[in-house]
Amino acid sequence: MLVFIIRRLMQAALVVAVMSVLVFVGIYLIGDPLAILVSPEATELDREEIARSLGLDRPVWEQYFTFLTAAVQGDFGKSFVFGQPSLGLILERMPATLELALTATIMAVVIGVPLGLYAGLRHETIGARAIMAGSVLGFSLPNFWVGLMLIMLFAVQFGWLPASGRGQTVEVLGIELSVFTANGWKHIILPAITLGLSKCALIIRLARATAREVMLMDYVKFARAKGLDEKRVIGVHILKNIMVPITTVTGLELGALIAFAVITETIFSWPGMGKLLIDSIIHLDRPVVVAYLIVVVLLLVAINLIVDILYSVLDPRVRLGGAK
Amino acid sequence: MTAPTLKVENLETHFPTRDGIVRAVDGVSFEVAQGEILGLVGESGSGKSITGFSILGLIDAPGHIAGGKILFKGEDITRASPQRMRQLRGARIAMIFQDPMMTLNPVLRIDTQMIETVQAHEKVSDVAARARAAEALRAVGIAAPEERLLSYPHQLSGGMRQRVAIATALLHKPDLIIADEPTTALDVTIQGQILYEMRKLCRDTGTALIWITHDLSVVAGLADRIMVMYAGRIVETGPVATVIERPQHPYTRGLIGSVPGALPRGKRLFQIPGMTPALINLPPGCRFKNRCSRADALCDTMPELAELSPGHGVRCHHPYDAKPLTPSETAA
Ligand SMILES: Nc1ncnc2c1ncn2[C@@H]1O[C@H](COP(=O)(O)OP(=O)(O)OP(=O)(O)O)[C@@H](O)[C@H]1O
Ligand code: SF4
Ligand SMILES: [Mg+2]
Repeated sequence: MLVFIIRRLMQAALVVAVMSVLVFVGIYLIGDPLAILVSPEATELDREEIARSLGLDRPVWEQYFTFLTAAVQGDFGKSFVFGQPSLGLILERMPATLELALTATIMAVVIGVPLGLYAGLRHETIGARAIMAGSVLGFSLPNFWVGLMLIMLFAVQFGWLPASGRGQTVEVLGIELSVFTANGWKHIILPAITLGLSKCALIIRLARATAREVMLMDYVKFARAKGLDEKRVIGVHILKNIMVPITTVTGLELGALIAFAVITETIFSWPGMGKLLIDSIIHLDRPVVVAYLIVVVLLLVAINLIVDILYSVLDPRVRLGGAK
Repeated sequence: MTAPTLKVENLETHFPTRDGIVRAVDGVSFEVAQGEILGLVGESGSGKSITGFSILGLIDAPGHIAGGKILFKGEDITRASPQRMRQLRGARIAMIFQDPMMTLNPVLRIDTQMIETVQAHEKVSDVAARARAAEALRAVGIAAPEERLLSYPHQLSGGMRQRVAIATALLHKPDLIIADEPTTALDVTIQGQILYEMRKLCRDTGTALIWITHDLSVVAGLADRIMVMYAGRIVETGPVATVIERPQHPYTRGLIGSVPGALPRGKRLFQIPGMTPALINLPPGCRFKNRCSRADALCDTMPELAELSPGHGVRCHHPYDAKPLTPSETAA
């Protein structure tokens, strides 16, 4: 287990290193930062002076090394717009995004697994068909459209729920969270549904497909032959087998949710890092964009590691590190 | 006289399919008395397992019991409520499945799977249930049962898994055990040991046992009576000595010809030419007709299961007339 985690962390370090090169090359070398930093009226001499003071006259690899040295110390430069360290800006907004993505994921699993399980076990019923039809809809409706419809309906038409912002937050373990206040819940529910709907549809389909497969297995029949009641056959023997693929997919999708929260955050003015990213791109605020990309990569790597560990816990046949 | 442990009357189990109804079990009747061992023999697809699952009430929909009665100690369990069936399954009627690799849940530990079986029928503590499980494992020849209980199925060999399944079936000392080819995955010594244990259990506790197999030689030394199934029907049934020594049905003769023993180990057994017909839209007449050397025009009508001597029934228009096997036939 420990060996596995160390090996995975080394892999992760490699991924981040490669990513940092890509980001550096992509952001710092394509396009000229001087064009933004120096006023158009400045003389050629002024430009060279500034370039030298910023180290932009140095060879590429040296610039990258300078960037890297600062980056590992958490210094991605100051935001052009806010004048604050860009990493700090990202981290400040990260809880909002994580909270939204996690809420959406949990809702998708808590609703999706039972519905999918039902649709699989009672696949010939009208209820099961209705669930499947619903999941097709959940899959195919575009994210932004769902968000706008929800706002129209619940915020504009009925006025039940707020259409933007995060609402009241409380500090939990030093992090500002809104899921612990009633007002916060009112704010998070619509964006979470918007973000989680297609994931919920995905989980329903996955749960149904695996349930149909698992329910025909001999070990399920044997569980019944032992005289177990349906509650235990379904709740333990079938569900535990279904949770193996569900966990893997959910973990991977959580990464995607964090990355794609950008659209939902923009629609609901949710003050997360996705919205910050969009604002930063609009204002060509490069240090923030770089910090965002690196932070998201780190997050994805961490999520993958957790999923792998969970996977091995759920399915004993999977041994971490590949050792038999 | 007490009622037999199990009495099956005219059992019919059907699977509706797109092409028609598959009559997997078609009018099967038999009895198993207390402490008796019945060997159920037949080729692949003859309906042996489905007969077993019918008794347990575990036919997968859309398959269903379409007719007949299953009397378990006098109670017709084809009409029993789901709760009543659940009470019986695993406690009074246990089954050991054919494929040990698929019988145990891969994501649950052995102790979980055995303890839940104990607790499904009796209110006992986890500790007591675990002790029962360990004891059952020891009884089927598993060394260090406490350690084995902590394993996951994939950590055990096929033979070990089958013994776990057998031990699980024995947990509640059932009145009836249906053992579906339980020893095929085991090596010969263990096979002998298990056969001995099972036989002893039946004798000591009065457990009735239905032993399903392809392999006549296994049941020859184990069973009291033999029932031969072909294409969903019983074709011959009788005391083990009678059926083995004086088989009357051409199919039974073919099966005996395919028993290993006369042949060097590893050599392919004699097989009756042809295959079990698909159990769908069957033509009238004897189902063995297309593979039978004795078939004639009379065989276009279905023969009845007729009693040639007390307890010895044969479904054939041209039985072998109680003649013992000729030496050449035995060697075939
Ligand atoms: N779910 C099903 N749908 C349709 N037909 C089925 C189904 N299950 C079993 N059958 C049919 O029932 C027949 C009997 O099957 P069964 O499993 O009882 O055979 P068996 O005698 O146990 O054979 P084997 O020795 O291979 O285990 C087979 O011909 C099979 O095609
Ligand atoms: S009834 Fe006819 S075809 Fe059928 S087994 Fe007997 S002899 Fe053969
Ligand atoms: Mg079978």
